[in-house]
Amino acid sequence: MRIRITRASLLISGAAALMLLARGAAGQAEGDTIVLGAAVSLTGKYSVNGKNTKDGYDLAVERINEMGGVKVGPKSYKLKVVYYDDESTPARAAQLTERLISQDGVKFMLGAYGSGLTKAMAPVTEKYKVPHVEGNGAARELFTHGYKYLFAVLSTSDYYLRDAVNLAAEVAKEHGRDPKTLKLAMAFENDPFSLDVRDGVLEDAKKYGMKVLIDDKLPPEINDMAATLTKVRAVKPDLLLVSGHEKGAALVVRQTGEMKIDVPMMAATHCDSARIAETMPKLAEGFLCASQWDRKLAYKDRWFGTADEYATRFEKRFNYPAPYQAAESTASVLVFADAFARAGSLDPEKVRDAIASTDMMTMYGPIKFDSTGKNTAKPMVLYQVQGGDYKVVAPTKWAEAKLIWPRKLPQ
Amino acid sequence: MENLRLLFESPVLSVQLLLDGVLIGAIFALSAYGMALVWGVMGLINVAQGELVMLGGYAAFYLYQAGIHPLFAVPAAAVALFVFGWILYRTVVFRVVEKDLFISILATFGLSILLQQLANTLFGADVRTADAGFGTLFLFGGAVTVAEIKLVSFAVALVTGALLIQFLKRSRMGQAIRATAQNARAARVMGVDTQRVYAWTFGLNAAICGASGALVAMTWVIHPYLGLPYTVRSFMIVIIAGLGNVAAVLAVALGLGAAENFAGFVFGAEYQAAFIFGLLVVILVWRRFWLARERRYLQ
Repeated sequence: MRIRITRASLLISGAAALMLLARGAAGQAEGDTIVLGAAVSLTGKYSVNGKNTKDGYDLAVERINEMGGVKVGPKSYKLKVVYYDDESTPARAAQLTERLISQDGVKFMLGAYGSGLTKAMAPVTEKYKVPHVEGNGAARELFTHGYKYLFAVLSTSDYYLRDAVNLAAEVAKEHGRDPKTLKLAMAFENDPFSLDVRDGVLEDAKKYGMKVLIDDKLPPEINDMAATLTKVRAVKPDLLLVSGHEKGAALVVRQTGEMKIDVPMMAATHCDSARIAETMPKLAEGFLCASQWDRKLAYKDRWFGTADEYATRFEKRFNYPAPYQAAESTASVLVFADAFARAGSLDPEKVRDAIASTDMMTMYGPIKFDSTGKNTAKPMVLYQVQGGDYKVVAPTKWAEAKLIWPRKLPQ
Repeated sequence: MENLRLLFESPVLSVQLLLDGVLIGAIFALSAYGMALVWGVMGLINVAQGELVMLGGYAAFYLYQAGIHPLFAVPAAAVALFVFGWILYRTVVFRVVEKDLFISILATFGLSILLQQLANTLFGADVRTADAGFGTLFLFGGAVTVAEIKLVSFAVALVTGALLIQFLKRSRMGQAIRATAQNARAARVMGVDTQRVYAWTFGLNAAICGASGALVAMTWVIHPYLGLPYTVRSFMIVIIAGLGNVAAVLAVALGLGAAENFAGFVFGAEYQAAFIFGLLVVILVWRRFWLARERRYLQ
């Protein structure tokens, strides 16, 4: 098809371009409003988590504006977020980021949902030197490219089970044992996320000098863990770690229970979303689950109060319980608010430097970025299934219940 | 080779692996019966075999939710899946039966994707399990444990195999099925309604898969995407065991299950499947030479 360029169409496109330019100029400082850009998944396979992300951003913006906005230098600004739907596809996310920055004139970006989409967006924000704070991309590789403008408030995936190793070492010391003598068994799914988790565990195990006796990689289509668990029974480890999304968590709970595998400490990722305590309360008793955040933690900030108050506010506003995906999204906006105030300017470079030197407490947890841009101050949360419920047992400083150790074999 | 040493040091581990493997094999045997039946009678390789297992699992899970004991859910799931298989034949599969094998593979592959996605939409992607409330048996002073549900699965596999043989031998429909398998055209000439026979065969296959799915839901966990390993395992079992021999299917399934478990123990879970496929190649090559020798004797 050939496109005929007529005078009318030229005029129209010229006018459109002018309008876009005008909008672009307004983008960075629309009177007394700071505009943040975000491409989130409102449709497609991440639509549920995408909505959590958007709700988290919206709640933060509403709350900050309600409290008088952000004071930058002498002037107070309100916040606003411009959204586009990335349709859960990385290519679209990159495209929309480009559009937000170069057409809509957005100078500050919030993250999308998920590592894949964040990975697609990061090179774009890097190219335009736009600060990009995200709360939903946990892959470790996001922070190995030397990106200067990407910051993550959440713990990266290699941190998921590190705290289980630390907790085991802590318990060993309490019982007069050298952590060096601890034996580890691990079964991790052969996918990028779980292999990240594995890297983190191996690093920490090495730090303590623990011995890794079993290091199985579960195929993605795993339906049965009997062979691995037979090995576990044979070598009697002190700690069993499993990461295989919901399926891995459900399988290990079910099969350790049936095979009566007696390991004093067992931890897995995704076991809260696999609902192990709800569906198999007896078998799951004593299991440790890793999670990013929980409303029962004693974290606090000046915008929302405690984590629990945040969760209550969230539920009142959106009519569903606050998932951690929303909390980390809210925290991303808080990081921006804090950085704007400290930078005293809306210059992206100055804001970037202010973000890099962030050291704050939020209802989501402490936030402090290392040189690669990931938040290393916030620990992961470990729940333990106790009496059919998830109780936060680590980090010990914020815990609501004491760890039950050794885990008792369910009868 | 640390793992191998462990195995020799404590032989009781071998007992555990063997038992677990054989009992897992029984569940694979069920879906393999079905595949052999459909393949032998209809000349159709059903790639959606695993999805029928998955649906059986969900049928059992929802019956369990409704308060029915999972053991009764096994026959109930079989009946439900029989009806489902019948409908599937009458709506889709009849179009590809007696056609090129490639077409039937494509069609059933499409079915398998459709069923997966439908299950994902209808039942959700959550991992589920039905607790039959069985305990665990301890052997060798607790060194070997056997979940009782696995013994039940084993028994169900044996009984189903025996029933299947009797059904094919004695019943009117069974005879018609065997006649159709031998020569569909001749069977038609003799007055057998082969369309009905095919529908029955496919329904039977679905019913057997349904029973195995119900056992999966009670033994492990179910989710919409669990099908593929069952399809692949049944395929392998049938290739080795041949089409016309239920007892051989059972024997091969049990053997493969045990081999798989030992491989998982010695080489680690990541090489479990690779080992099994390597074994398949070895068996096929060996059988080829063996058959060639037989042929020489005949000359």
